[in-house]
Amino acid sequence: MDLSFVAIQALSGLASASSLFITACGLTLVFGVTRIVNFAHGSLYMVGAFTAATLVPWLLEFSFGPVSFWAGILLSAMIVGLLGVVIEVLLLRRIYGAPELFQLLATFGVVLVLQDLVVQVFGPQDILGPRAPGLRAPVEILGRRFPSYELVLIAAGPVVLGAVWWLLRRTRFGILVRAATQDRDMVAALGVNQALLFTGTLFLGAFLAGLGGALQIPRVAANTGMDLSIIAECFVVTVVGGMGSVPGAFLAALIIGQLQAFGILIFPKSTLIVVFLLMALVLAVRPSGFFGRPEILASGHAVGIVSRRPTPYGRMLAAIVLACLAALPLLGDAYLLKVATEILVFALFAFSLQLLIGVGGLVSFGHAAFFGLGAYGSALAVRWLGAPMEAALPAGLVLSGLGAALIGAFVVRLSGIYLAMMTLAAAQILYAVAFQWVEVTGGDNGIVGIWPSAWAAPRDAYYWLTLILTAATVFVLTRVIDSPFGYTLRAARDSESRAEAIGIAVRQQRWLAFVLAGAAAGIAGSLYAFSRGSVDPSLLGIPTSVDALTMLLLGGIQTIAGPLVGSAVLHTMRDQVMPVTALWRLVLGSSIIAMVLIFPRGLVGTIRYWREDRA
Amino acid sequence: MSLLSVQALSKAFGGVVAARNVSFQVERGEMLALIGPNGAGKSTVFNMIGGQLRPDGGSVSLNDKAITLASPGERFRLGIGRTFQVAQAFQSMTVGENVQMALISRSGENHSAWTPARDRHRAEARDLLELVGMHEAFERPCSELAYGDVKRVELAVALAGDPRLLLMDEPTAGMALRERAALMELTHSIATSRGIGVLFTEHDMDVVFGHASRILVLLRGEIIATGTPAEVRGNARVRQAYLGDLPLTAAAP
Ligand SMILES: Nc1ncnc2c1ncn2[C@@H]1O[C@H](COP(=O)(O)OP(=O)(O)O)[C@@H](O)[C@H]1O
Ligand SMILES: [Mg+2]
Repeated sequence: MDLSFVAIQALSGLASASSLFITACGLTLVFGVTRIVNFAHGSLYMVGAFTAATLVPWLLEFSFGPVSFWAGILLSAMIVGLLGVVIEVLLLRRIYGAPELFQLLATFGVVLVLQDLVVQVFGPQDILGPRAPGLRAPVEILGRRFPSYELVLIAAGPVVLGAVWWLLRRTRFGILVRAATQDRDMVAALGVNQALLFTGTLFLGAFLAGLGGALQIPRVAANTGMDLSIIAECFVVTVVGGMGSVPGAFLAALIIGQLQAFGILIFPKSTLIVVFLLMALVLAVRPSGFFGRPEILASGHAVGIVSRRPTPYGRMLAAIVLACLAALPLLGDAYLLKVATEILVFALFAFSLQLLIGVGGLVSFGHAAFFGLGAYGSALAVRWLGAPMEAALPAGLVLSGLGAALIGAFVVRLSGIYLAMMTLAAAQILYAVAFQWVEVTGGDNGIVGIWPSAWAAPRDAYYWLTLILTAATVFVLTRVIDSPFGYTLRAARDSESRAEAIGIAVRQQRWLAFVLAGAAAGIAGSLYAFSRGSVDPSLLGIPTSVDALTMLLLGGIQTIAGPLVGSAVLHTMRDQVMPVTALWRLVLGSSIIAMVLIFPRGLVGTIRYWREDRA
Repeated sequence: MSLLSVQALSKAFGGVVAARNVSFQVERGEMLALIGPNGAGKSTVFNMIGGQLRPDGGSVSLNDKAITLASPGERFRLGIGRTFQVAQAFQSMTVGENVQMALISRSGENHSAWTPARDRHRAEARDLLELVGMHEAFERPCSELAYGDVKRVELAVALAGDPRLLLMDEPTAGMALRERAALMELTHSIATSRGIGVLFTEHDMDVVFGHASRILVLLRGEIIATGTPAEVRGNARVRQAYLGDLPLTAAAP
């Protein structure tokens, strides 16, 4: 490795750092003012790339030259900025006061909607943009060729930093943005037009996302996977830098850019892992990132299960439902059984998340990690140890429990949005491992041939097995929720300082909750692996985590039965809607948004609310 | 040997010195009032004794055992109970369950994960709530209570740990006048009968001069006077700095 090589590597690290900073800066500004972590920020970046890749060639047709190119880039960013305004006015404005879980979910709804809309508007193919006029020839640096466009990118980061700095320090708008970031009440007291400030901030944030995306067009083709990959990186940058801090984002982006550039040399396939490990490390030492302040977090806004007197109906209803479910195979409909098995598996998955969110107030955004670990634990045991199902199921349980113990140890020190981001990052690391460690996990293709033992192979037998394990786990978890242990989790959720003052070891209890919830999710994952006969990395992906969250939201976060009902409804909906439309994500995304806006109590919660209201 | 001994406690937030060289003792059965204007550092001192804040310097000991760096949980087990300036209760639980939680924790049952929490220590929780006059609300959700009632529940929760030392940060803030007198009356009698030392802050001078056996005056993080109510009332520096504009006759018991 000679000097020129190191220099080139460092330069490309700087170029990616610049792009990353420009995008993440928008996210952190929006968070600072609105306290919303905008999941759709990555989607705005994607829209920026698609818009530019379409618009710039069209402008170059008219008059070829650098002016058209750069004007096209800026115009695309403006368009995305306006899209941000639309999102603010239609959605964000209505959820500023909502619990952060709802905010994350609603903005993820926007992610889903935009995924389908982008395909509708720009078509399903990747679009490679034109190269920048005047910057086509590479320059020579220490005897090596280096793309000159990358040099422009390297300069773009500091230029944007300077511009944002000027905006924040020298304009009235900027002063208000800083004031809002530091002290919300002050802004309200100043009596400024808050709505305008928030809309303006969204324009700026979306503009930066769009700019970040548009600047990519000569480097990478605009594609429909851009949104989730960039948002994961942006989360890391903002969390490491400290939520709301622009200089923090710049520093974090610089470090991450270099880590990626040189990480490739050490772990050729796993730059993502290096990046997320950095985040884990920084948060372990500084729970609010480089320049973040703990006070900036919204506090005391957990929603969840509340005490209610046990009713005899509850048990009776559970017994009747269980009896009906047990009798389902008598109908002799194989397809129905397949769907019912999956509903049960996801019901268990969502229910295990309820222990963390509804009971503990711990907004885990990476619950797929444990589902996937359970599935992979079983699949790996079958594939590499030749284990039969009877041994592979517990193997999944053990792997997910251990994974939860490890991840939980990092996570329980954090709170609020940092916890959500950290769990998300943990799941993304595992996703990357499953995806990139091809020799062991089969990479993208996953592992196939995971079939149940002969006695459980018939559809109805496997269904019964799933029913028994699901019912038993749910029963155990409901006992735990009502037990002193479950109550200590709720106590810590309601008031951490009160809980500590009466001798509850909050972190320890939360860690145990992670292990328990992780193991339960692992059972679901293992059951899922054997029901499908295969596993693949998507089981660990963000959409899987969001599925569980959607089911919780759909059924109701304040109720114990909520996630079970939510799973049934979501699965049935998917089963009915997906075959008739290509726009499933649009439907799902809008449903999530509608739920947050109209039915935040969820189905079970709403029904109960009506009943108690009448009583 | 004093119940609580605080030696040279200091704490700064950035440039703001919230406590400087604060030293005092609390004896068993004593009602010690810590007074001072807003921002004087009273809550900061409370939080360093309760374990919510780590002091920059100095030491805290309970019954001669150093607890300067102990966690709030350890302090709870050693016999420190507290209420907070902004009442902290478990809003998702019933009034009874709030007290039951403290009893569960005291009995070392935080890890039992099978039999329901709501059936545990009910009788004892009811007795404690009766003490503060909240037993009729036993099954009511805590979130429905008036703020003054939450403060009373908080007192019951603090007493559930069977404390030797009770820290009460503005226990009567947000209460009606009559309620205030009753609550302090009650605290006073509990403290005397059980030999509990009470350290409290309070803005209502009637309450302070009516119930404190001794008073500490804190100003900008420093103790500027200490003594019996009569001594403090006569202290020129205190009157100038804090009580200055209070008509003395109105504050007299
Ligand atoms: N967590 C904190 N961070 C920064 N400053 C604080 C913090 N807590 C208290 N302070 C400051 O310390 C000083 C003392 O505050 P406090 O102890 O709450 O006073 P009191 O309870 O007497 O009203 C005040 O100037 C306050 O602004
Ligand atoms: Mg105070």
